[in-house]
Amino acid sequence: MTANIEIQNVTKRYGSMTVLDGLSLSIRANEFLVFLGPSGCGKSTLLRMIAGLESVDDGTISINGERIDTLPPGQRDIAMVFQSYALYPHMTVADNMAFGLRNINLSSDVISKRIAEAARMLEIGHLLERKPGQLSGGQRQRVAIGRAIVKEPKAFLFDEPLSNLDAALRVRTRVELAQLRNRVRSTMIFVTHDQIEAMTLADRIVVMNNRKIEQIGTPMEIYSRPASRFVATFVGSPTMNFLTVALSEENGFLRARLPDGTQLKTAIRAAGVKGGEYSLGIRAEAVKLANGVAATTTGKVDVLERLGDRTLLYTRLKDGSVVIAEDIGNSRVAIGDEVGLALDGTRTHLFDDAGHAWHNEEAGHG
Amino acid sequence: MAEAALDRAEATATAAVRRNIQNINAPQWRNALFVAPYLLVFVALLVVPLFWGIWLSLHKADAFGVGKFVGLTNYIRLYNDRIFLQAIGNTFYFVFLTVPALAIIGLMLALALNRRTRTAAVLRAFYFSSSVLSVTIVTLIWRIVFIGNFGLLATIYGWFGATAPAFLSDPQLAMIGIAIATVWWCIGLPMMLFLSALQQVPGEIYEAAALDNASRWRTLWYITLPSIKRTFVLVVIIQIVLQFQLFGQARLMTNGGPNNVSKPVVLYIYEAAFTKWDLGLGAAASEVLFIMILIAAMAQYIATRRKGEEG
Repeated sequence: MTANIEIQNVTKRYGSMTVLDGLSLSIRANEFLVFLGPSGCGKSTLLRMIAGLESVDDGTISINGERIDTLPPGQRDIAMVFQSYALYPHMTVADNMAFGLRNINLSSDVISKRIAEAARMLEIGHLLERKPGQLSGGQRQRVAIGRAIVKEPKAFLFDEPLSNLDAALRVRTRVELAQLRNRVRSTMIFVTHDQIEAMTLADRIVVMNNRKIEQIGTPMEIYSRPASRFVATFVGSPTMNFLTVALSEENGFLRARLPDGTQLKTAIRAAGVKGGEYSLGIRAEAVKLANGVAATTTGKVDVLERLGDRTLLYTRLKDGSVVIAEDIGNSRVAIGDEVGLALDGTRTHLFDDAGHAWHNEEAGHG
Repeated sequence: MAEAALDRAEATATAAVRRNIQNINAPQWRNALFVAPYLLVFVALLVVPLFWGIWLSLHKADAFGVGKFVGLTNYIRLYNDRIFLQAIGNTFYFVFLTVPALAIIGLMLALALNRRTRTAAVLRAFYFSSSVLSVTIVTLIWRIVFIGNFGLLATIYGWFGATAPAFLSDPQLAMIGIAIATVWWCIGLPMMLFLSALQQVPGEIYEAAALDNASRWRTLWYITLPSIKRTFVLVVIIQIVLQFQLFGQARLMTNGGPNNVSKPVVLYIYEAAFTKWDLGLGAAASEVLFIMILIAAMAQYIATRRKGEEG
C-alpha cells in the first residue's frame, strides 16, 4: 500500500497567528520525505494536519486523488509514530499493536499474523507480553514503529521519533529506519530538526522556516545548491562561512572582493546579479590550508576543533572576519598560527538579503 | 612516646573521619521536628481515642463515670439488639445506594466537563459548589424538595395531577431520599478527583487512539478508564469510608424513621451514648463500625491491587 499525497494551499491559524501560510507540496508514492526546520517553523503542525490531528483552515490535502482533510484521523489510512511514542501504558506490546486492528474488526488470525511479522522484522518478539513501562526507550521506539507497521497504512508519519533517544541509539535507529524503509515500501514523511537525520534518510528534504517552505530537493541539492541563506546556514556542519563581498565581473563570471581585500574568482554567472549587499558563502571543506601562491589569503587560527578524521580551524582574516577552514585529522597547526588559506572559488554561493541564491554552473561540486 | 602519641592522634583522626562518614546514613532525629506537629495531633486526636474507645467498650460506663469491667458484654448486647443489626443493614444499604452512584455520576460529569471551554468551567464550579454547603443547609434544601403536600416534588407532580412519592415518610423510600440528597451534596469531590486524573492522561495517547480508528466507546473503555483506574479505586475507598459514617442527613431528614428504617450505625451510636448515656454500648458500636469500614476499604484496595500491578 502506498500513496501520493497532494497538499494544496494549506493554511493554519491559531487565533490571529498564522503558523502555515498557503503551503503547497506534492509527495510521491513510496517517497521518503523529510520536513526539516527549526523549532516553531510549522513542520510538526503540517504533519499533524496530514494525520488529521490538526484542522486545516484553508486549502486541501488529498491522498491518491481523494480528499482526506475532512475525514477523521482513523479513516485516513495513515499511521503515525509520535515523538513520545504514545504507547498505551496499560496494554501489553502485543495489545498495543493489536488495538488499531481490532478497532477495524480484523480477524484474530490476521492480527496475530501481522503482529508476528512486525515483531520479527523489528526483533521485538520477546517483548510482546511486556508493558511499555518495562521497556527501554529504544524498545518503546520499536514498538511504536511496530504499531504503525501492522496497520499496513498508505503512509507513515514520523514526528521527531529519534529525538528522545540517546546519541548512540539515535544513530543506530537511524540506520535501522533506513533499512526498514527498504523493506516496507510505503510513503513516509519524517519530521526532524536534525539535518543529519534529514540528509541520511530522505529521498527529498523539505526545508521549512517561518511558516513557509524554503526549499524542496534531494539531500545533495539542498547541500550543494541551497536556495537561500537560511537553508545554507541550517544544513551542513560546521555552518557555511559567510563573507560580505563587493562584486565585479570577469568574462561573464563574478569576481568577489572579500572583506580583507582579497579578490576571489567564482564560477557564478554574472548575468542576473544586480548591485547591492551580498554575502558569499563557502563551506569549510572548500577552504584548505595552502602555502605560497596557492594561498588566496591568510588568517590567524583562533580555535582548533579536532574531530579525528579532520580538523576544523576557526581563522580570523586581517579585517577580523571569521572563516572556518578544514585540515587533515592530525593537523600540525596550533592556535595563534598565521596560516595560508586556499578558498575554492568554484565552490562558492552568493546570497542576497531577500532570500535569493546564485550558484556555480554545474549541479553541485561533487 | 612521642610516636605513640602521634599514632594515637592519627587513630583519633581516622575514627573521627569514620564517624563522619557513618553519620551520613545515621538517622537525624532533629528531622523528626518536621513531622512532630502532625504526629502529636494524630496521636492525641486519633490514636488515643481509638484505644480509649476500645477500653471504654469493655466497661460499663455512663455520664457519671466509668464503672466496672464487663468484658465483651457490651458487644453481646449489640449482637442481640435487633435495632443495632437493622442499623448495620441500613448503613450497608446506604453505602450500596450512594457509593456506586457517586463514582459513576462523578465520572460521567468529569468526562462531560473535561474541556477547556468557559461553560465547562462554570459548570464545574456549579457542580462542586454543593460540596461546600453544611449538612444543615443540604437537608433543609432537600426537605423543601421532598416534603409532602407543598414541597417542590409535590408541586411538580401536582401539575400533572399525580401524587409525589413520599421520600421522607415511606419506609421503602426514606433511605433512597437520604441517598439522593447525599449524592447531590457529595458529588463535587469525586468529580474533581476524576477531572484531575483525566487531565493527567497524556493527550498523545488519545491522538494515537484516534489514528487507531477507536470509536468513542472503545476509547473510553480501553484508554480512558484503564488510565484512571487508580483514581477510581481512590474515589470508591474515600466514599465508602465517608458514607459508612452517615449521620447528619439521617438525623435531620428522617431522624432514623419511620420505624428505624433509615437509622444508620452512627445515629445508633449517638443515641446510645448521648441520649441514653450508655457510653460503653456506644463505644462498642463505634468499634464495630470502625472494623466494618476498615474491612470494606481494605477489601476494595486489595481486590483492585491484585487485578493490575502495572504503573
